[in-house]
Amino acid sequence: MIRDITIGQYYQTDSVLHRLDPRTKLMGTLVFIVSMFLADSWIGYAVSAAYLAMIIRLSHVPVGFIVRGLKAVMILLLISVSFNLFLTAGEHEILSFWIIHITWEGVQQAVFMAVRLIFLIMGSSLMTLTTTPNQLTDGLETGLGWMKKIHVPVHEISMMMSIALRFIPILVDETDKIMKAQMARGADFESGNLIERAKALVPILVPLFVSSVRRATDLAMAMEARCYHGGENRTRMKPLRYAGRDRLGYLVMAVYLGLMIALRSLL
Amino acid sequence: MAIELKKVSYIYGAGTPMEVRALDQVSLTIPDGQFIGLIGHTGSGKSTLIQHLNGLIKATEGDILYNGRSIYSEGFSMKELRSKVGLVFQYPEHQLFETDVFTDICFGPKNLGLDEETICARAREALDLVGMDSSYDKASPFELSGGQKRRVAIAGVLAMKPEVLILDEPTAGLDPRGRDEILDQVARLHREQGITVVLVSHSMEDVAKYVDRIIVMNHGKAVFDGIPKEVFKHYKELEQIGLAAPQVTYIVHRLREQGFPISDDITTVEEAREAILEGIRKKR
Repeated sequence: MIRDITIGQYYQTDSVLHRLDPRTKLMGTLVFIVSMFLADSWIGYAVSAAYLAMIIRLSHVPVGFIVRGLKAVMILLLISVSFNLFLTAGEHEILSFWIIHITWEGVQQAVFMAVRLIFLIMGSSLMTLTTTPNQLTDGLETGLGWMKKIHVPVHEISMMMSIALRFIPILVDETDKIMKAQMARGADFESGNLIERAKALVPILVPLFVSSVRRATDLAMAMEARCYHGGENRTRMKPLRYAGRDRLGYLVMAVYLGLMIALRSLL
Repeated sequence: MAIELKKVSYIYGAGTPMEVRALDQVSLTIPDGQFIGLIGHTGSGKSTLIQHLNGLIKATEGDILYNGRSIYSEGFSMKELRSKVGLVFQYPEHQLFETDVFTDICFGPKNLGLDEETICARAREALDLVGMDSSYDKASPFELSGGQKRRVAIAGVLAMKPEVLILDEPTAGLDPRGRDEILDQVARLHREQGITVVLVSHSMEDVAKYVDRIIVMNHGKAVFDGIPKEVFKHYKELEQIGLAAPQVTYIVHRLREQGFPISDDITTVEEAREAILEGIRKKR
């Protein structure tokens, strides 16, 4: 049941997008997010839709797999759509009934909001789908390296991030195992009122907590045994290097961003 | 009274690129009172198989009958099944959570909805069965040694008085002495309480001494199923799937190849000793 979450998952395949430098992809995601807030017309949304479609095509990730990730934010989506639909004031009223007023502006606003959210989620999940967690933290560390100058512990933060990401699947497995072990001892997680259910979690949380602490101490010991002492003077086995495809990627991004800005100021 | 598997298949992650067929049309019967060794390499499907036996995993295809009734049929109580089929997971000590040993053992019987008196009696009995006397009752389970923790965890399942006890690699990570202690205790439970035992292991050596029957799993299929002597005769095929017969089997076969008069169905060191001595006497 816990394994069904697709947000933040990596999809193993080979494509141009998978091979891109993680810094390029991080920048690309940022550009795409900014562009979504620039779009304010049907043409603007059409351009970003085409851009997104092109990237999905390039990533070789099945569309169905990406769409499945939307399920998790369905409720958020519904709430924001209904707020926009019912609470937008406007001139052209379509439907008016008791306290409900639906205006043409409201419909437009709701559709835009839905499209914007869906695109945002699809765009950013594309990055995690095509980038392994390790590449991602590498990209962040190198990309944000300049922040060291203002005494931000970039290396430590990214090390913590990669360890946390590394441990998610392990802890998911562990939770699954402990849950099953307690179910084999007759534990019941599905019935009872809220308080009973919360109490039923104790036999899972205590062993999970104990094992996390145990794993953390083991890992700390193993890192110390290999003389890890932070980011000072630490070199990389695979340093990140930009290739031709990254230059092309930045060019595509620049053209797209330029187009979006132009569309906003012209229309 | 038996568990019967009918063409059970199980697929992990169906519909994703990581799809794995963990069980492939497995059919077998586990009759009452048997001591079974379930052997297979890592990833052969043995852990998946045993989780089907108490309904923790639902088979993708096929059916499982407990005492002649399908466990997937309407109105079948999974809770009751889990109290009858006790499952001890790998590294069971990781499931301990209470503040003291005795309370932790009470968790299982308490979930069955028994009264206070019965719960305490069962907990005491289970702890006695695994050889933990009452001086440990108030100890924190996290202060015990590895072997003791494991025995407490096994007692936690025994306190539910299961008719079938399944143990997944109960000796993993224990030293030879701890291993023998646990296995001897399980064997005694089988003998004295008459419960059915399924012992999962990847080591033939461990199980050969104790079990009545061996089931060998490979790639989600039960490839061999029979008494140990019969299964070990296929030691060459067993090697091909990455398992080895007990070392003594090899010695016996080598002796036979050299023309030494010895039977080929010897599985334990004691038997081999007798047979070799007898062979020497005959030769003279």
